[in-house]
Amino acid sequence: MTEQAAPVLEARGLVKVFGRVVGLDNVDLELYSGEILAVIGDNGAGKSTLIKCLSGALVADRGTIYLNGKEMRFRNPQDARDAGIETVYQQLAVAPALDIASNLFLAREIRRKGFLGKVLRMIDTGEMKRESTDQIKSLGITTLQNIGQAVETLSGGQRQAVAVARAAAFGTQVVILDEPTAALGVRETRQVIKLIRDLRASGKSVILISHDMPHVFELADRIHIQRLGAKAGVITPKTHTMEDAVAIMTGARQVETARSSAGASSDAPSSAAADGGTRGG
Amino acid sequence: MDSSTMRTVTGRAVRARRRRTAVTATIALGAAAALAACSSSSSSSSSSSSAAGGATASSTGSSSGQAVGVSLILKTLTNPYFVSMEKDAQAAAAKDNVHLTVAAGKQDGDTQSQIAAIDNAISRGDKGILITTNGNAINTALNQAKQAGLFVIALDTALTPPNVADITFATDNTQAGRLNGQYAAAALGGKPAVIAMLDLFNNQVVSVDIDRDHGFLEGMGINPGNPNQNGQEAKTGTYKGGGKYTIACHQPTTGAIDGGRTAMENCLSANPDINVVYAINEPAAEGAYAALKAAGKQNQVMLFAIDGSCAGLKLVQSGEFTSDTTQYPGKMAALGVDAIAKLARGGSKPSVTAGKAFFDTGTSLVATKSVSGVTMQSPTAAASACWGS
Amino acid sequence: MNRFNSKGIPVAITTDSAASAAVEDFLNRPPSIGQRIHSVLHRQPALSPAVVLVLACVGFSLTSSRFYQLTNLSLLLQQAAVVGTLAAGQTLIILTAGIDLAIGAVMVLASLVMVKLASSGGVPGVPALLIGAAIAILAETVTGLLVTRIKLPPFIVTLGMLSIFTAISLIYAQGQTILLNPGAFLLWTGNSFAIGSLHLTYGVVLMLGVYVVFAYALRYTAWGRHLYAVGDDAEAARLAGIRVNRVLLSAYVVAGFAVAVAAWILVGRVGGGDPNSGLNANLESITAVVIGGTSLFGGRGAVMGSLIGALIVQVFDNGLALAGLDPNYQVLAVGILVIVAVSVDQWIRSVKA
Repeated sequence: MTEQAAPVLEARGLVKVFGRVVGLDNVDLELYSGEILAVIGDNGAGKSTLIKCLSGALVADRGTIYLNGKEMRFRNPQDARDAGIETVYQQLAVAPALDIASNLFLAREIRRKGFLGKVLRMIDTGEMKRESTDQIKSLGITTLQNIGQAVETLSGGQRQAVAVARAAAFGTQVVILDEPTAALGVRETRQVIKLIRDLRASGKSVILISHDMPHVFELADRIHIQRLGAKAGVITPKTHTMEDAVAIMTGARQVETARSSAGASSDAPSSAAADGGTRGG
Repeated sequence: MDSSTMRTVTGRAVRARRRRTAVTATIALGAAAALAACSSSSSSSSSSSSAAGGATASSTGSSSGQAVGVSLILKTLTNPYFVSMEKDAQAAAAKDNVHLTVAAGKQDGDTQSQIAAIDNAISRGDKGILITTNGNAINTALNQAKQAGLFVIALDTALTPPNVADITFATDNTQAGRLNGQYAAAALGGKPAVIAMLDLFNNQVVSVDIDRDHGFLEGMGINPGNPNQNGQEAKTGTYKGGGKYTIACHQPTTGAIDGGRTAMENCLSANPDINVVYAINEPAAEGAYAALKAAGKQNQVMLFAIDGSCAGLKLVQSGEFTSDTTQYPGKMAALGVDAIAKLARGGSKPSVTAGKAFFDTGTSLVATKSVSGVTMQSPTAAASACWGS
Repeated sequence: MNRFNSKGIPVAITTDSAASAAVEDFLNRPPSIGQRIHSVLHRQPALSPAVVLVLACVGFSLTSSRFYQLTNLSLLLQQAAVVGTLAAGQTLIILTAGIDLAIGAVMVLASLVMVKLASSGGVPGVPALLIGAAIAILAETVTGLLVTRIKLPPFIVTLGMLSIFTAISLIYAQGQTILLNPGAFLLWTGNSFAIGSLHLTYGVVLMLGVYVVFAYALRYTAWGRHLYAVGDDAEAARLAGIRVNRVLLSAYVVAGFAVAVAAWILVGRVGGGDPNSGLNANLESITAVVIGGTSLFGGRGAVMGSLIGALIVQVFDNGLALAGLDPNYQVLAVGILVIVAVSVDQWIRSVKA
């Protein structure tokens, strides 16, 4: 049996309660290096809450998060970004009045060298524009032409491209994407899918939330299923079908009984394929 | 049973029930109204009886015995003028065994705070209100106070209309302006006058603003035009003594130093030849002086102020103000407290000065140089009766 | 164009090149004059009030030849200096989608503290100035903390602070105006110097200095970017990694510096401390900011616009006075000005992608 590699990002026993509503119920998650982990679940299952705890946008009430084995405390989004975790939120989190380059470098602006930068704290708009153009080109995004354009004038798809480019450019360890293709047309969706594959190829680990089953099964190495705030299980596209996934999401089936006839694959990180949740149904 | 019959049967029953309900409601409403009327009239009668015939209950005839509640409601507490009213009122209250409640607006023009204070006076059961008005919005509350049996004395500024108060204790503001105007006309001696009128407001009408402005013009022998508005006089003509005059401007100052300065600056820009400046009060005049000095014109302009504070009299002494007409705010407030205490203990109501619609607390002109035809005091002589510091 | 099968049912719909070309044609149509003006103003928010200012100056020069005399222009700047400086601080706060209804009351308090310390307190001019300035910055910091910690809407918080600071001023000043002796250090902002035949006070220079510093910070530093981002969409800014509370608090603290300078300029103009002067400055500063093109909803506007806004109000005041117009019309004119400015701002703010 292959040695199980240590996960890049690990969460143990996450609990998040909003008043009397349970957002996360003792959720565990593992993300291995260089893989794409999809997180799926019905509405209200806790997908967004889960990744927000991983990205620092929310602070879990209980539980711990480990990055490369080290325990981390993310008290705000900046802490997670400093640790190398970049997130594309559903709401995109771009500043509409600022231009594309400014948005890419939001909260990590480059300062001019020397006196202007150190004493007067002047930012280097030229350098930021150059780097933004390079990043966007190297990511293969073709829909963003004018870097100096204000983000509010862009279409929904273009804004999403800006958010994805920002995460891809700065995420050194983990990139989290919450519904990245939700507002996109066909061509742009293909571009984002290619981008996600490129991220994996470049050695980064990706967490992907999506409602789009075909894309999930096309991209994901493993699929973490949330149901009613708890982890319902982890499956792989090789061991389960889309119908299985939906059935687990809605509670019609448990993970163990939902194996497809294709059988378990031994390539999958061991023990993850048949991992039942603490609560099902 | 067809529907019409049903309707008739139930209709009658329902209508009868409705009629009974209506009658009961009317009786109840009428009873409630009667009770309310009775109770209010009984309370007012009881308070007025205690006011008039309080002699029987608490009269020992003197100021000892029960404390009389009086509310002093001022325009603001940022103006030392009203602060001196408060000071002398407190002294009189101590002397007369009066429980004095002091309230004020947050700034000049704040009627809301004053209305609240009037309501509080009514609920407290005060016997009288002394008030310097911030505007006509308080009239309704004052009428309610009078109906509740409180005696209302307007201090310093008559209300509009004046009979909203039972009586007004005030400086004759028109006379205060007039004395300055007479001085100006006499001092000019027929030379052309270019006059700047620095008023109080341009977005509301207050009687003191109109009275002083018009008084000044009348003192100079100029017809103010409209008795209810500033700025309606003929812009050119002749003043008393035959000299020509030009009205250079009317500008609002809000009665403060910065407003006075801006107003004077604008007036000077409009007409650099100004040689007579009427100011609504001392702070406005101080601001005007700063503007004149900055423009280097302070020596060619006669600057007239009104208020008579101790600091203002010093400015007459130093030559900043050509003259300053006095007021006696402390006297107003103290006499007001005395009057209400006396009235509450069975004495007579205060009465107006002969020939005037209010009780005149007096004014005099203070200047260093004397002119013919105008009675005046020197600053040192007037200092004994000045207010503030 | 449709392709049909043998039964006459369309099986393939290909885009008609003429049809999509029509759409492309519409999308690429040359912008109309209105759209061009809109996009220019959208990118330079201070431009429309600048145009209004120029038009007003031209108009008033025509009605009175005394308007454009250098002495009058110098007076305009002096008259605008107090509210103008206050408006610079107010701009920062409004950019964060907040508002400060007490900014004038803080200024008055600071000016009274400075003057009272220097006169009856026997404190030398410079320390008195610094203590007064510290009061202004402290007051604004407290306001900022209430907004960021207690999370009350700025409108409510500053409404309460207005009463509090007005009361503190009342109690502190005991209703006295204090005029300082000529030559006192605190009166320096009222002293003037000449550039050719134009006389400027040091107060005006201070105001311009505040604007230069603020404009630089807003445009060229990361802090400025963060301020705009927070005002535009605070949650997006937070998710993007900006420390929103820190940025909000900093807006109030930095505004406090502007308030301190404004207090000093007020002292120079009044000649001392007057609890009655500057009482309208709260609303006047907001008027200047709004007329200057900064949006009350936050995230849009240039601070220079507020300077222009303050000047526009003074120009109207002064120009109408010189034209001999009834003072009541001045009040009307400013009211109309505000409504027009906000309407234009709404139009500019609308985004046509």
